[in-house]
Amino acid sequence: MTSTVARFDPARAAKFLLGHGHAGWLGLRFVAAGDNWVELELPWREDLLGEPDRHVLASGPIVSLMDMASGLCIWTARKEFAAIATLDLRVDYQRPARARAAVVGHAECYKVTRSAAFVRGVAHDGDPGDPVANIAGVFMTITGDTRRVPQ
Amino acid sequence: MSRNEKMAELPPYARSMGIAVDSLEDGLPIVAVDFAPNVEGRPGVFHGGATSGLLETAGYAALRSALADREVQPQLKPVNITVQFLSAAKNRTTYAKARITKLGRRNANLTVEAWQEDRKRPVATAVMNILVVSPEV
Repeated sequence: MTSTVARFDPARAAKFLLGHGHAGWLGLRFVAAGDNWVELELPWREDLLGEPDRHVLASGPIVSLMDMASGLCIWTARKEFAAIATLDLRVDYQRPARARAAVVGHAECYKVTRSAAFVRGVAHDGDPGDPVANIAGVFMTITGDTRRVPQ
Repeated sequence: MSRNEKMAELPPYARSMGIAVDSLEDGLPIVAVDFAPNVEGRPGVFHGGATSGLLETAGYAALRSALADREVQPQLKPVNITVQFLSAAKNRTTYAKARITKLGRRNANLTVEAWQEDRKRPVATAVMNILVVSPEV
């Protein structure tokens, strides 16, 4: 008997995963993917400012962007969807994002083990060489996620 | 002041996500967000980004209230945040409160905890460094 398991397709899964919930509210959009990396975009939104009088994006949505890109790059590296939970996520902010600029989140899964996945990434607003933030995260495989994610 | 009136003090991002100041404890705010589709990640569970946003909001709100008596309000700039996710935040109200570990002339260090019905079992914790930039006199 043979079984064919479809390889995880980040573009297809993104359409499903980014369409609702917190990611849908932020308007996260799929940009590109490679063997072990995924790039998402957080569009500019007036109501996501961190301070009322300055046109500076709050740092919270950048954490959400990078957390979501991290999950997708782990499934891309594993080539399959498996329920994961964020264990630890560190974000170092280099500078505020430019006003009215979309922020691109590039996350790369550099190591997977049976139970853990390690991710590093960069958030930028146009020039990857001049990042808004750098991140590092550790994720654990969990059980109990009942979503049927298109692979 | 009602919960909704206090909400006006929080930044646009926090208000937009539905975060409000729930109460004050030892002079520092406890912020809260109800479970709703816009904070949902896995079905019935808070998105890690939403939990982080709540922790961060608690941090800034605590620092703002600690600096409230200053004549000129300094600008607060994020340096970094490290979030530990301890257990899944389920589909109920999540609270967060920060402790200001250090408030120096140029920077502040905070630890933040988020919890749901049992405060002794936090769902997430964070450590934050924030730059406190006072305008030139």
